[in-house]
Amino acid sequence: MAQVELKNIGKTYPNGFQALHPTSFDIAEGEFCVLVGPSGCGKSTLLRMVAGLEEITTGALQIAGRVVNDVDPADRDIAMVFQNYALYPHMTVRKNIGYGLKNRGTSKEAIAQKVEEAASLLNLGEYLDRKPSQLSGGQRQRVAMGRAIVRDPALFLFDEPLSNLDAKLRNQMRIEIKSLQRRLGVTSIYVTHDQVEAMTMADRIIVMNAGRIEQIGTPAEVYHNPASTFVASFMGAPPMNLLSAAAADGEVKLGDQSVCRTSHNGPVTAGIRPEAFVSDNSGPLVMDVQIIEELGAHRLLHGTLGSEAVTVQISNETAAALGPQRLSVKPNAVCLFDAVEGQCL
Amino acid sequence: MKRAGFTTVSLPVMLLLPQLIIIAVFFYWPTVVALQSSFYLQDPFGFGSTFVGLQNYADLFSSREYRKIAWFTVIFSLLVTFFSLAIALVLAVKADKVLRGARTYRTLLMWVYAVAPPVAGFIAVIMFNQSWGPMTEFFGLLGYNYMVGVNYNDTAFAMILASVWKQVPVNFIFFLSGLQSIPRSVREAALIDNRSASGRFWDVTFPLLAPTGFFLLIINITYSLFETFGIVDTVVKGEPGNNPMTLVYKVYVDGFRGNDLGGSSAQSVILMVLVLALTVFQFRLIERRIHYT
Amino acid sequence: MRKPKLSAVADHAVLIAGSLFMMLPLLMLLQMTTIPDTEIIRNGPSLTIGDQFDDNFEKAMFQASGFSGENTGLSMLKNSFILGIGFAVGKIVIGMMAAYAIVYFRLRFATLAFWLIFTTLLLPLEVRILPSYEVVQWLGMLNTYQGLIIPLIASATATFFFRQFFRSVPEELVEAARIDGAGPVKFFIDILVPLSQTMIAAMFIIMFVYGWNQYLWPTMITTDEDMYTLVRGIKQIVQVLEGAVVPEFGRSNVLALVAVIPPVLVVVFFQSWFVKGLTESDK
Repeated sequence: MAQVELKNIGKTYPNGFQALHPTSFDIAEGEFCVLVGPSGCGKSTLLRMVAGLEEITTGALQIAGRVVNDVDPADRDIAMVFQNYALYPHMTVRKNIGYGLKNRGTSKEAIAQKVEEAASLLNLGEYLDRKPSQLSGGQRQRVAMGRAIVRDPALFLFDEPLSNLDAKLRNQMRIEIKSLQRRLGVTSIYVTHDQVEAMTMADRIIVMNAGRIEQIGTPAEVYHNPASTFVASFMGAPPMNLLSAAAADGEVKLGDQSVCRTSHNGPVTAGIRPEAFVSDNSGPLVMDVQIIEELGAHRLLHGTLGSEAVTVQISNETAAALGPQRLSVKPNAVCLFDAVEGQCL
Repeated sequence: MKRAGFTTVSLPVMLLLPQLIIIAVFFYWPTVVALQSSFYLQDPFGFGSTFVGLQNYADLFSSREYRKIAWFTVIFSLLVTFFSLAIALVLAVKADKVLRGARTYRTLLMWVYAVAPPVAGFIAVIMFNQSWGPMTEFFGLLGYNYMVGVNYNDTAFAMILASVWKQVPVNFIFFLSGLQSIPRSVREAALIDNRSASGRFWDVTFPLLAPTGFFLLIINITYSLFETFGIVDTVVKGEPGNNPMTLVYKVYVDGFRGNDLGGSSAQSVILMVLVLALTVFQFRLIERRIHYT
Repeated sequence: MRKPKLSAVADHAVLIAGSLFMMLPLLMLLQMTTIPDTEIIRNGPSLTIGDQFDDNFEKAMFQASGFSGENTGLSMLKNSFILGIGFAVGKIVIGMMAAYAIVYFRLRFATLAFWLIFTTLLLPLEVRILPSYEVVQWLGMLNTYQGLIIPLIASATATFFFRQFFRSVPEELVEAARIDGAGPVKFFIDILVPLSQTMIAAMFIIMFVYGWNQYLWPTMITTDEDMYTLVRGIKQIVQVLEGAVVPEFGRSNVLALVAVIPPVLVVVFFQSWFVKGLTESDK
């Protein structure tokens, strides 16, 4: 039995705006599931409905086998980490972490012990008697996590917890959160707009757009077999190149060069990742390189292929120069999408 | 002062002059005169005044009437402050919680701010009219013969009611604003941590509202001490007599109508000291408030 | 809501009760303006609506009620507007200038000026009322608009409000202005004042209501009836009601309502500016 089950969960606001179209999926116990998408796609709405902070308009939500549509947030056996930490400003770190336990009738000794455990797990020992205003962003984030951990809930919810931290701290915390979750084994739903966080942390990714789920899959699946042009261009940086092509007679052609075989006919969109191109002096495609970005470990070539913009990634050992550059495409590296709908073919 | 300032001198001096002149003439000069007059006794026939040192003050402190009025002022301020704050807090919490009609309620609850105190007093006079006032009739139903202007406590109650009515909107606005400045995510975290609404209120909302509350405490006390003048004057219908009155009203009665400049000035100085203490206290609180977040 | 509807109903009940507490007194006043005075002195206010309003309105606005025949409702209305607007404009202009001088200029005596102005926040008018009266009398300003308005301006509330606001304006603006060749006067007029628009509006509302509602000061320094403001006039209304055989409640109530309505309208229609001005002007 899955830990979290959503059956046709949808959200429509009183003014008629449908933030989330009816959607269903399950999350297995202990799974780290990431909801990713651009702002306004409905991921936070979905998370908040699971938390009980937003009312569910349609559908049924089950947590640990119990239907919880009408259950108060405090009774759903969940814990949440907010984007701006949401620590109680007037309470010390110790009290912040222990507050949820206190209200559930846990004994003072048990609270003290659990707080100490969480504090040592998160390196907060020195700060237990400070107030949130005396802590840095990263420290506050850890207190927020400590508050969630001590509750030992059935479900962790994360609402873009790293968005307010600087880049370096973010990379560090990503690893900390992931290893913590592995260690504790608590089912987690994590919302972010950053596809790097999604790719590196998730057991499964749910890509969302405009109130709908575009694709559910492991990071590898979502990356290599995107279900639509949206997923293809959203996941991975630099984004996948989406080029207009024509399919006829079993071949897909970019301009007049064939890049792969297919059984479809008609106009298609060919998705080719920057790293799927190979610098090849006898290759069939010619790119006009206009800008070269040196990234140390590899290079990015920006330019045009025919009339379309394209980005190619090559290793730092391959030579690169402005102007014409011959390319070929790695076999089986082209994803085909319907030219109009964007769905994977 | 800003880092990047202009360096001309004549312009800022000209800009400051109007303010400085006005406060010199209409603030400092009268204040000094008040201080000075408090040490003199004016001759009733207008032949000048004699220096009497602290005699005016001594007379006040030994006057039973002054002490009675001072005592009334204290009770009055406490009651008006307490009820204005309590009622406003309840209303603000509800107005913040309610999903529908929040704007309408806000408007309906805050407009009384613009009503002048004497009009509030006028309304009290009508409501407590001896023969046909609605409040008098209401008390009559309860078996009590309400007599504003005759019975000391009855008059006091009318004043307090009118003062509370007038002051609730200000507190309401500040409390509502304070509530709305509590980050939404903090309240949501509380929703997850505590299933009891009253628990969430006392553990999270109330402490975060405390700075606003302290600030309002001072504002309310100042209001009760001074701005209720219009209410007092109207309810006693301009005839102080034996009616309850506040200290500031006595300043007016003794000085303007009784021509006791020395005594009235001494009373003014006592009030000045009181206000000074309150304002200093308030500024200390504001400083702490800034450190809170 | 998933919570029982009961708590929501209770919330609304409390709010409705509060609203009634606020509204009923004024509705009572209004009702009394529509019935004949003879009926009022028999039964007081009731739930019926009569037809006397126009009559009472005319009496209130156009008939004088004092000794000199000068203070009609209309003249008091005029004086109230002059006081309210004059006070608000005066406070804002003087306050902005002083705040600008303190914040944006390097003056050696700036700190001294600041403290001198600051001290005025400590003592409200009521504690220096008599000497203020004497000063105004000595200056020959009794029964004048200047005497009514200028002494009220002698406190630093607006200056502080604008000082606080100016300090929050980014430094870079002054530097950019200097590079663009704007001197202090141009900077003030072309950049600072437009930026301060919302603040000016907010201050105007608060000050207008404050000036309009002044009672003690006008009572003391205006004895000529043609200088009475509506709020000052309340004192006279109450006295006249006391002495009369058939007190003219209908007419008095109209005057009270007229004294209340303009500031209320201002506060209600410009609610957001008003709330902003109130909550951000805490000293």
